[in-house]
Amino acid sequence: MKNIWAITKKEIKTYFTSPIAYVAITVFLVLVGFFFYSLIWWFNSQSLQLARNPAYFQQLNINQMVYSPLFHNISIILLLMLPLLTMRLFSEEKKIGTDELLYTSPISVNQIILGKYFAALAVLAIMLLLTGILSIFTFAYGNPELAPLLSGYLGLFLMGVAFIAVGIFFSSLTENQIVSAILTFGVLLLFWILNWASYAAGGMWKDVLNYLSFFQHFDDLTRGILDTTDIIYYLSFAFFGLFLTHSVLQSRRWR
Amino acid sequence: MIEVGHLTKKYGDLLAVKNLSFKVEKGKIWGLLGPNAAGKTTTMRILTGYLPATDGTATVAGFDVFEQPNEVKKIIGYLPENLPLYPEMTVHSYLSFTAEIKQIPTPKRKKAVEKSIEISGLKTVKDRLIKNISRGFKQRVGIAQALIHDPQVLILDEPTIGLDPAQIIEIRHLIKSLKGKRTIMLSTHILAEVTQTCDGVIIINEGQLMASGSLEDLTASLKEKDGIIVKVKETKKAIALLKEIASVEKVTRRDNEIYLEWSQEKDLRDEVTKSIVKNNLGLIEMKPLAMNIEDMYLKVISGGVEQ
Repeated sequence: MKNIWAITKKEIKTYFTSPIAYVAITVFLVLVGFFFYSLIWWFNSQSLQLARNPAYFQQLNINQMVYSPLFHNISIILLLMLPLLTMRLFSEEKKIGTDELLYTSPISVNQIILGKYFAALAVLAIMLLLTGILSIFTFAYGNPELAPLLSGYLGLFLMGVAFIAVGIFFSSLTENQIVSAILTFGVLLLFWILNWASYAAGGMWKDVLNYLSFFQHFDDLTRGILDTTDIIYYLSFAFFGLFLTHSVLQSRRWR
Repeated sequence: MIEVGHLTKKYGDLLAVKNLSFKVEKGKIWGLLGPNAAGKTTTMRILTGYLPATDGTATVAGFDVFEQPNEVKKIIGYLPENLPLYPEMTVHSYLSFTAEIKQIPTPKRKKAVEKSIEISGLKTVKDRLIKNISRGFKQRVGIAQALIHDPQVLILDEPTIGLDPAQIIEIRHLIKSLKGKRTIMLSTHILAEVTQTCDGVIIINEGQLMASGSLEDLTASLKEKDGIIVKVKETKKAIALLKEIASVEKVTRRDNEIYLEWSQEKDLRDEVTKSIVKNNLGLIEMKPLAMNIEDMYLKVISGGVEQ
């Protein structure tokens, strides 16, 4: 555990001693803020229009009209940004030769992978926590439900858990950071839109494609439906990504 | 301290190391010598646990490199050819990180970092970013990280590569000062480095062992002729006279020096001296004709000796 923490600490320091984390967090917050403002503005105008009709007015729900679409927007931003956070994790070590220091030190490959993984998760957690500032306004001037809000954040974090594992895997495959980011983005996007193909498929394939799609599992969580299937899906996706990373790093040394 | 037996490493079809066996004694500095692509780095990477071998055995301080890699990694300090430095870190934070991953206990870590900074002469740059320090200091940081856990064995891959002459001398002094309780193995293709820093040498070429042993033993075993180099006032006269001595096989002149050679079974030093003195040739200098390391290296690499 000490070894994992040593790697995590070093990676977090690297994120924050270079402009990477600051730029990523700033751009992320600006975009989330923009979407939040647009959705609140739209919600506000809908409220004004429907204020004359009490039956419809009662149905206005800030969770459904603001948070649910906001979470979907955030997930797309993460899809674009997380590959940029993970691309350097192993690619850079290999390129500048520091992997020789890591692999000739008395720490295991698993500890190195987990150390880097937790560092990227920490940056993701910071990004998501900072968006919590926006909710201060909705709680101050409205009455959103807390449970769907928290399950939405859990969904975003779990999605990040899977995204980062995929990113780490592609970073372990190549010395080139750009290639790593493009491959990660491509695969994540493919898994995101996999449910589109399910419309054309029938029978068992429809269920399989729907199950494999990121979107399907995330949608439930943004609506406040906390299903263990979704949690297991993301966690097993992450486990699979990390397992593949381990296999790649071990096989490279044995080649 | 280091024992390698029938070590073989293949990269696909390429045979990088072939049936390599050697021993390195405790407390000595040994040079791993060979031309580029001879298999030096591969051998060192195998010994440090970075690469597995295809076949053969390797032990360091009694620990099997393949069966007990963590034990070996704890007692080895390794400086790879490409310095494993994080440019965005300061020298101090980098060394603190390496101290952590080399599993130095927390209470001893600070002291270990300070000690490695002091030994490697990094005090003046310890708070600077690694990317902003000179190549010589970077090399010192590389050595400091290899030393930080006070290892019994130091493996240094091309420790003076890319340095200017003054820096090379500094690093050589540093390496020599580390000798004693540590066993050091360094790879190089700079022959002067071996004569100035190493007690023994392992010469490899195309992944195979060509020769190993102390420098004196190797040069002695490769020397085919005995002889002396003479410097006198009357060079021309001396050459004519020395040629007349029976058993002298070859007399050659290089600048003001006369090179005399004879077969190893004989010793003509006394006879030569008497002849010079008797004929009053003005003796200035007389030294044994030794095989220099360049001659020895070229002879071994070209296959002159195979062990």
